Amino acid sequence: MTGALLAQYREMLRIRRFEERCAELYSAERIRGFVHLYIGEEAVAVGVIGQLVQDDAMVTTYRDHGHALARGMDMAAVMSEMFGRVEGVSRGRGGSMHLFSAEHRFYGGNGIVGGGLPLAVGLGLADHLQGRERVTACFFGEGAMAEGEFHESINLAALWQLPVLFVCENNLYAMGTALARSESETDLALKAAAYEVPAWSCDGMDVEAVSHAAQRAVALVRDSGGPVFLEARTYRFRAHSMYDPDRYRDKAEIELWRTRDPLRIAADRLLDRGEATDEDLRDIDTEVTEEVDASVAAAEAAAWEDVDHLTRFVMSEGVPT
Amino acid sequence: MTAPTSVRPTTYREAIREAMREAMRRDDRVFLMGEDVGRYGGGFGVSLGLLEEFGEDRVRDTPLSESGFVGAGIGAALGGMRPIVEIMTVNFSLLALDQILNTAATLLHMSGGQFNVPLVIRMTTGGGRQLAAQHSHSLEGYYAHIPGLRVLAPATIEDAYGMLEPALADPDPVVIFEHGSLYNEKGTLPDPPTAVPLEGAAVRRAGTDVTLVTSGGCLGRCLDAADDLAGSGISAEVIDLRSLRPIDDDTVGASVSRTHRAIVVDEGWRSVGMSAEVAARIAERCFYDLDAPVGRVAAVEVPIPYPRHLEAAALPSAERIAAAARKAVLGDG
Ligand SMILES: Cc1ncc(C[n+]2csc(CCOP(=O)(O)OP(=O)(O)O)c2C)c(N)n1
Repeated sequence: MTGALLAQYREMLRIRRFEERCAELYSAERIRGFVHLYIGEEAVAVGVIGQLVQDDAMVTTYRDHGHALARGMDMAAVMSEMFGRVEGVSRGRGGSMHLFSAEHRFYGGNGIVGGGLPLAVGLGLADHLQGRERVTACFFGEGAMAEGEFHESINLAALWQLPVLFVCENNLYAMGTALARSESETDLALKAAAYEVPAWSCDGMDVEAVSHAAQRAVALVRDSGGPVFLEARTYRFRAHSMYDPDRYRDKAEIELWRTRDPLRIAADRLLDRGEATDEDLRDIDTEVTEEVDASVAAAEAAAWEDVDHLTRFVMSEGVPT
Repeated sequence: MTAPTSVRPTTYREAIREAMREAMRRDDRVFLMGEDVGRYGGGFGVSLGLLEEFGEDRVRDTPLSESGFVGAGIGAALGGMRPIVEIMTVNFSLLALDQILNTAATLLHMSGGQFNVPLVIRMTTGGGRQLAAQHSHSLEGYYAHIPGLRVLAPATIEDAYGMLEPALADPDPVVIFEHGSLYNEKGTLPDPPTAVPLEGAAVRRAGTDVTLVTSGGCLGRCLDAADDLAGSGISAEVIDLRSLRPIDDDTVGASVSRTHRAIVVDEGWRSVGMSAEVAARIAERCFYDLDAPVGRVAAVEVPIPYPRHLEAAALPSAERIAAAARKAVLGDG
């Protein structure tokens, strides 16, 4: 499929440039709160979400910028959310960790580790009960697999045969805790398979590898109506959050993973195959940077929520009492 | 007690770390466990350096498994250890609430007095850092509701340091709330440190016209409000509850009976929370001494929003506290 990799490259670059700007804006105190960057992991969101159709649903974590952008949420609206403005995807109330979009069936960035998993099972249950052939993709880190909510959720999904794609983004660290220090079984697909769920892993730094694995996984969920577990082996190049001094990783390890930068792998392949020239890639970068610039300008110009509206959305509006 | 010979500069964060270090040096049964307490140094940096000193056995990083490791803390306490379990924030503690309520707090009673649980749980609480609706709440009231627990809210460096030792000596479970905005607070500790009691509220500022009753992260805001009120000739007494369970009714009651007015200040939501409890106790005890209705300044009933202006509007501020006190003293007009 000529052109597919180029489109994926562009998507990954959009996430990368967006987040690099977010980091700058955080340092400039334009963006506050906890901000968790996805830099290094872009191939996972782009590779998996590319296999979903509009009707499918998504649930994710606080590390959600990449998922939102890959899902097609408007960059200016996402940036406005980072700024806490009313034009943001969650009216500014959620910020970085809590991006939502009903239009995209994007059921949010959940800040409680493991918190999104039961929700995904429920979305799958609703589809199952209503005879709809839709997939719910649920993203979570490997750290979440130690939580009871992971085990309870995957068991339910398998037991009731619900159409949920469990996507574990294994970046090897849960904050400062390395995989081997949090899991007795570090082969995560094997662990998931204990629940009688088809499970496999893929190279999360290679967007084509992720796409192939996810295509198979999504097709299986759609055909069987039951769950599949996909582990993407990846790495975050930045600290856990902007707040994290990153004292627990070896700098050499980070550098080693940087040689497997998903953007670099994709770019090299595009050039090798003659699907793009250096100039094409530079042009894409220019366009993407312009889009990021425009998103910041839109966010700067966006309005603040009126303080009088503080208590809106605590309960549904327009309900007769 | 020897008189303090000197003072040493420290922070709220370092004071807790120092207290844990001394507890672990003093007593082999004491160990620390929680998410990222070791390699990372604690989600808020409280335990930084302890792993290096005490090793992985006694500074145990846990997987993300709040119910599991809090429950394991209960078991270890039953088995003769003196665990300090750190939960990163109170929002995440809800995953362990079952273990805390249904096991830690009830075991002594259910077993007819046979099994006590000498466990200390520390957790961060509070908002004000733009962390939005899953990282900002003050749920102290949930825990203060539970018979079988002792619940502490150190608001000062001395309490942050001093409460740990008696908490570890307590035969029953103790929950300690550390407000996230206090960790960087600078101050001093007497050297050698003086012991602090676990129970008993403290009068942090004496006054005659109105009593501000508060705890934890709101103490500073109440003291600021008292400064402001002093400027307009109103003398506010500020009481730091220190212990949220049990509550020291005597200190609060004696103060309100003198000032005849009370404002209860709490960062938790207003309904059915700490402020409701304290206000009810004042009404029960001081009704005939009151010259104004008991006032409350609490969090607005909304999940805490991300933008600074909305978060500020949702949380108690020195301005809101001072305004409530003025209203109590001067009346509505
Ligand atoms: C229930 C709960 N416990 C603790 C935390 C604090 N915390 C936030 S992210 C995180 C690490 C999660 O790691 P992982 O699931 O691997 O995802 P990653 O951040 O690596 O993407 C921790 C401990 C939380 N948000 N929720």
